[in-house]
Amino acid sequence: MFGEFEAFLSILTFVPALGALVIAIFRFTARSEDQGLIDRNSRWVAWLATMVTLGMSILLLANFDAEATGFQFVHEVTWLEQIGLGYRMGVDGLSVLFVVLTAFLMPLCIMASGAIKNRVADYMIAFLLLETLVIGVFCALDLVLFYIFFEGGLIPMFLIIGVWGGQNRVYAAFKFFLYTLLGSVLMLVAMIVMFLQAGTTDITVLLETDFARNAQMWMWLAFFASFAVKMPMWPVHTWLPDAHVQAPTAGSVILAGVLLKLGGYGFLRFSLPMFPEASAYFAPMVFVLSIIAIIYTSLVAFRQTDIKKLIAYSSVAHMGFVTMGLFAMNETGVQGAIFQMISHGVISGALFLCVGVIYDRMHTREIAFYGGLVHKMPVFAAIFGLFAMANVGLPGTSGFVGEIMTMVGAFQVNWWIATGAATGVILSAVYMLTVYRDVVFGEITNPKLETITDINRMEWLIFIPLIIGTLVLGLFSTLITDVTATAVDHLISNYDAALAASAQ
Amino acid sequence: MAPIIVFGPLLASAFAGLLGNHVGHRTAQIVTTFFVLLSFVLSVITFFDVTYGGNAQTIHLATWMSVGAFDVSWAIKLDSLSAVMLVVVTSVSSLVHIYSWGYMEHDPHRARFFSYLSLFTFAMLSLVTADNFLQLFFGWEGVGLASYLLIGFWYKKKSANDAAIKAFVTNRVGDFGFALGIMAIFHVFGSVSFDDVFAAVPEHTDAVLAFAGMELNAIELIAFLLFIGAMGKSAQFFLHVWLPDAMEGPTPVSALIHAATMVTAGVFLVCRAFPIFENAEAASAFVTVIGASTALFAATVGVAQNDIKRVVAYSTCSQLGYMFFAAGLGLYGAAMFHLFTHAFFKALLFLGSGAVIHGVHDEQDMRKMGGLYKMMPMTWLMMLIGTVALTGVGFSFGALGLLPWDLGFAGFFSKDAIIEGAFMAGREGVFFGIPAFWIGCVAALLTSFYSWRLIFMTFHGKYRGPKDVYDHAHDPKFAMAMPLVVLAVGAVLAGGLFKSDFIGENAGHFWHDAVPAASHGPAVAGDHAVADSQVDDHAIADDHATETSHDAPPSQVVADTHAVVDDHAEEAEGDHGGGHHPPTWVLLSPFIATLIGFAMAIWFYLVNEGMGARIAARGGPLHSFLYNKWYVDEIYHFVFVRGAKALGDLFWKIGDVKLIDGLGPNGVAGTTLAAARRLAKGQSGFLYHYAFVMLIGVLGFTLWILIGQGGL
Repeated sequence: MFGEFEAFLSILTFVPALGALVIAIFRFTARSEDQGLIDRNSRWVAWLATMVTLGMSILLLANFDAEATGFQFVHEVTWLEQIGLGYRMGVDGLSVLFVVLTAFLMPLCIMASGAIKNRVADYMIAFLLLETLVIGVFCALDLVLFYIFFEGGLIPMFLIIGVWGGQNRVYAAFKFFLYTLLGSVLMLVAMIVMFLQAGTTDITVLLETDFARNAQMWMWLAFFASFAVKMPMWPVHTWLPDAHVQAPTAGSVILAGVLLKLGGYGFLRFSLPMFPEASAYFAPMVFVLSIIAIIYTSLVAFRQTDIKKLIAYSSVAHMGFVTMGLFAMNETGVQGAIFQMISHGVISGALFLCVGVIYDRMHTREIAFYGGLVHKMPVFAAIFGLFAMANVGLPGTSGFVGEIMTMVGAFQVNWWIATGAATGVILSAVYMLTVYRDVVFGEITNPKLETITDINRMEWLIFIPLIIGTLVLGLFSTLITDVTATAVDHLISNYDAALAASAQ
Repeated sequence: MAPIIVFGPLLASAFAGLLGNHVGHRTAQIVTTFFVLLSFVLSVITFFDVTYGGNAQTIHLATWMSVGAFDVSWAIKLDSLSAVMLVVVTSVSSLVHIYSWGYMEHDPHRARFFSYLSLFTFAMLSLVTADNFLQLFFGWEGVGLASYLLIGFWYKKKSANDAAIKAFVTNRVGDFGFALGIMAIFHVFGSVSFDDVFAAVPEHTDAVLAFAGMELNAIELIAFLLFIGAMGKSAQFFLHVWLPDAMEGPTPVSALIHAATMVTAGVFLVCRAFPIFENAEAASAFVTVIGASTALFAATVGVAQNDIKRVVAYSTCSQLGYMFFAAGLGLYGAAMFHLFTHAFFKALLFLGSGAVIHGVHDEQDMRKMGGLYKMMPMTWLMMLIGTVALTGVGFSFGALGLLPWDLGFAGFFSKDAIIEGAFMAGREGVFFGIPAFWIGCVAALLTSFYSWRLIFMTFHGKYRGPKDVYDHAHDPKFAMAMPLVVLAVGAVLAGGLFKSDFIGENAGHFWHDAVPAASHGPAVAGDHAVADSQVDDHAIADDHATETSHDAPPSQVVADTHAVVDDHAEEAEGDHGGGHHPPTWVLLSPFIATLIGFAMAIWFYLVNEGMGARIAARGGPLHSFLYNKWYVDEIYHFVFVRGAKALGDLFWKIGDVKLIDGLGPNGVAGTTLAAARRLAKGQSGFLYHYAFVMLIGVLGFTLWILIGQGGL
């Protein structure tokens, strides 16, 4: 249906940016006494833009040929032909679901931003630009383009944390910046090296290029620096809890739901296919770091007094399953890792929204402040309970599928890795059930909670798609894995072939 | 029909849970109870169809996961094993639903309660009807969730919430092993479906999993890991700590989940996976040892408890131990038989205790009871039936040739079968058989003691609580009384009626090949390898290897469970059984042990009433040790809870804050800040250094690119 229509993917990507432009025009042409009108309209425009993107992404998925290898919906515009630089967009089985995930979460974020009262138009612009940039990362088929999207996405996120964030936002933004800078500079260097060696920035060509073993090692490390920070992997994870705590609710949702997946996607798109020998060489290190992340951050999460920080640490632990699955480099491992990323996008997004619900009412994230919410907010208690269980990896929710697949994959490599990861399954129950007990169960001891109200209609509307997503994916996981199967098979067979070739 | 059995309760649960507040409690109760009863009726039909009709089948519903070879379905597997479990689960669940009409009459959250009960029923049914390990795991964790919700049903109580978390987390420790077991199964067999895996077990008996120079037998490892899961769910020693605390939940829950159904899931798992355990000598020995230890340990603790529900809870723990050591010794039929009878009399005891608690205004401490039989004669009678069934009152008239048949209550048939079977297995050389026999006898003595102690302390002697409570003590109303009567009938008859099907001459026809009809274990012969090769020979050479089995020595017949198919199983069994009856003193031992326990209870609690209390008051070290449950909780609290907290703090405050942030971003920030200050002072020396560092950096960078381009 869209075979002829080359620009479909580009339009999908830039629809949110267009929305941002519309809001910007509104904002700068309207008179200042119309502030209320601007705010209202910018909310609507933002929501419409994200919904159009969501609709287009569903069309994209519906017309995506899961059987085919290689990129689809490719859109190419020559730019600097002499050096092989161009505007190239396209999706394959590895990336298409991330586009859908981003498009799925964005409208919910806009809806969940009701508590934002100052500079609403700017906020919406930032979010829409962020969506364009993030979708761009997943669609870019050119190194330069990828880099622009990848780094560009940081700017709106900075602003979201820095302008609409909590009290300590400057420190959080600074930390975020420092970590990311380190990774980005190294990645840029590696990209330049890649260009010098291959003579092109075309990712489709680079995927076919054989890099020398030594070069692979250095480039792998440089990319790793960037992706590990984004994941985040232990020990470069400490920016995440601070960023989450300071970010507004919707910012946290996008940060956990989508931005953390950029690292995993980077491994899938660059490290594993382009540097197979280096990936195999460094895999044991990744396993060790993943296991440490799972155990260490789960234990740290257990001791948190701030709900958001707890969930942030829990995210780091869950991302440990992703890196473990990816570098197991077998079907169950990689498929499980992709599944885990999608699933975590839904679950952690939902958990941050749950925190947002009570934060909007009480303006504190201290666990000790709460207790006995179930008496006043039974519906909220049920929803939070469902997602807490999903986070614990209860079978029947999507959380379980990702964890078990990645562990099955890791077990094929070495059963001690899976054993280490499985301890995380115990620990996640410990911290999640403890926080749930402290916040939801017990008697209401804090008089301020007497007036708290259960979730409203808008919050219902936000949670329903997330609930459906968690359960449906948890019960019928082939909805995801059928889309990714061919691409993952292709990735693995190339990887194995490259390793076999180098062994000779 | 089968989908209705499984999914009916789920629908009912969703209805009661989501709409309970709109349609009212009564509607929620009616709907959930109706669907569970419907499940029960259909389960009974299925039971006869599958066991006696031989119509075992697997219904594929949908695909859960499919990634390469990792293919997992949603399915309903109906064979004799799952049919037995279906009947146990739906019958007890129906009765508990009905009982709860009365018991939870005044609770403002009845709809939620019934929703959870039905949710549990669904999870348990999906567990027993699984056709692969992962769906079993789904049900396994699902019942864990329901158990968590029901233990913590009264969520205002901190103790209930803590008990719920403890149950879930302890079960997770078991599930950690179970999950690893499933991974290992997939790694070794390339499938997680029961049929594929069990068919392939004989080919993989020599498979090894290697790590760091260690080579572990894969089958042994798998069996061991699966059993870790079973230990958690069935509250076996080391992972038993959650079960007594689980008594924080409403009493019907204790009867359904923590006596009759969920806690038996571990036994079910071991029986379901018997082809693996049969080929895992060491792991089976481990099962036996843990089972026997638990049977003894829990019985000793049960002796010193004062909370009526906790006594029954430790009793459950102990009886599960019996089931496990039976399974470990290869007596799978006997394990399932005890599971079956135990469901009735233990549910009866729990619901009876509930009736007592209900009758005396939620008092659970037996020290404040006594003499209640006058005020609640019906409850007394029911508890008495439960007790004689649990202690295994009966006599082997048949086996001793005094009468044409044995006479006794349910527990007599199933528990004695285990104890005698342990002796026989031990005599044939199965590891730990003889010790298990003796432990079984001692535990039977203790069982008898604490059970009668419960009866005497509660119903006999002088009443020790407040007077007005005694005056208002009453028997339960119909909704609560009816289930007691039904269960009492089961507790009387279930043993005698089904003995020949579960472990007797009809076992081959009953089980088909769901569990081995001949009740014998792994490595009956000393030489395991020989037995294995015999299995292979039979299986390959002769599909209907029935005639040959007559000539084979007993050990090989025993190992040859697959080959001996239904039609001739009884012949093989009969042939094998001839000349292998246990000696008379073995038959009499459990009976004598029970008598001694009974006599001791009479002595301590009837004749010398108050003597038990005096011993407790003196608080000798043995009593403290038992009363405090061997201090296991205290040790765990110290090691695991405090350990996890300390580690968490260490990682957080030292690891993250001091080390990572201190050396990383904050350190860099500090350095930069210091540098900036110096820069502001305009110290030329620093500028020079700064430029120099930059130069070095650029040089290194360029060099690296050049080297990189050369490809090194």
